[in-house]
Amino acid sequence: MTDTALTPPTVATATALIEATGLYKSFGPTEALRGIDLAVNRGEVLAVMGPSGSGKSTLLHCIAGVLPPDSGRVVIDGTDVTGLSADARARFRLSKVGFVFQFGQLLPDLSALDNVALPLLMGGMNRRTAAKQAQEWLERLDLADQASKVPGNMSGGQAQRVAIARALVTHPSVVFADEPTGSLDSVAGEKVLRAMLDAVRAAGTTVVLITHDPRTAAYADREVIVRDGRLSGASRGGAA
Amino acid sequence: MDKAPALLGLIADGASHGYDLKHRYDAYFGAERPIAFGQIYSTIARMIRDGYIEPLGEEPGAGPDRKRYGVTATGREHLRQWLSTPDEPSPTLQSNLFAKTVLALLLDDDADGLLDVQRHAHLARMRDLTTAKHNAPMLERLAIDHALFQIEADLRWIDLASARLADMRQEILRND
Repeated sequence: MTDTALTPPTVATATALIEATGLYKSFGPTEALRGIDLAVNRGEVLAVMGPSGSGKSTLLHCIAGVLPPDSGRVVIDGTDVTGLSADARARFRLSKVGFVFQFGQLLPDLSALDNVALPLLMGGMNRRTAAKQAQEWLERLDLADQASKVPGNMSGGQAQRVAIARALVTHPSVVFADEPTGSLDSVAGEKVLRAMLDAVRAAGTTVVLITHDPRTAAYADREVIVRDGRLSGASRGGAA
Repeated sequence: MDKAPALLGLIADGASHGYDLKHRYDAYFGAERPIAFGQIYSTIARMIRDGYIEPLGEEPGAGPDRKRYGVTATGREHLRQWLSTPDEPSPTLQSNLFAKTVLALLLDDDADGLLDVQRHAHLARMRDLTTAKHNAPMLERLAIDHALFQIEADLRWIDLASARLADMRQEILRND
């Protein structure tokens, strides 16, 4: 059947913050990505869905500049990320990109405040200013009273909101979130998602949200589905 | 479930007369409620009137001669539209989508694609409900959550069907 409704979304637009074209990535004989074109608009929240092993996490790592693709190109905010050296990619990630992972991946010995301040300190900010900005983000995410606690003494939902504060504190152009509520029950997960999306929408931050959960994807502006290393299906609802 | 397009799909797959249609309809979709001959013949009459099928002559059989039917170009276009148009999320969805998936496999059409289109339609509805939930009072939020969970159940079925398409295709070809 040939039907335009079934054509995957591939067209980059003038307002695209992220433009990925022709991405291929293999691990030995396994082809994880088999020719992906994807554009994400500035300020857009995009859900990337797909079954386990479909290649969605590899796609996130390639777009975010964590993993170089075998071929293809990723441009974020005008910078060709695939053309950068490993060091330059790391610097780019520190200044332009925020990450939220399924299990937070906070440093267990640091307080919430120090975890959030860390990316600012790594970027060269002085300790006093970094602590002040980190405290502001904790307050914004309703965590003012958790600042001195270490992650082990917080609930899963609180720790995940700290991880969100840490991702947003540097005012990144884009946040990549990989199953950010995957370890939480539905009530805590909803609170974390709301907190994250209120914060990113207020800041105009672009978000690429990896999830297999439709209730999480329903918070995004649109979704794309990855299957067998390719984008599949029509993209609808809210994309410019 | 929409019986008429399902019967049209079976004619497109080669079921050419009433008895054959009933046999194949019941095998795929009539496990709980077989279709009546009366409904098959009234649907055939309607499909001829609408130009979706045409008589191809009579075939001699053990009993009375059997009238044979074939799908017209208009009928094929109607079928294609039905297969590629997502259904509104509703309690009757699953049986309709099941019929579409089986027929897409029988006709070697894009079963993956139709499941994807339906998945996007479901997610679009979930997105609307999630937005509506944002500032709703607690009781309304609870009602919306109920609707969200029902749509999510459909989506889980779509994911499962999608993952099993290759196996289903093989089984259908074996039984065909």
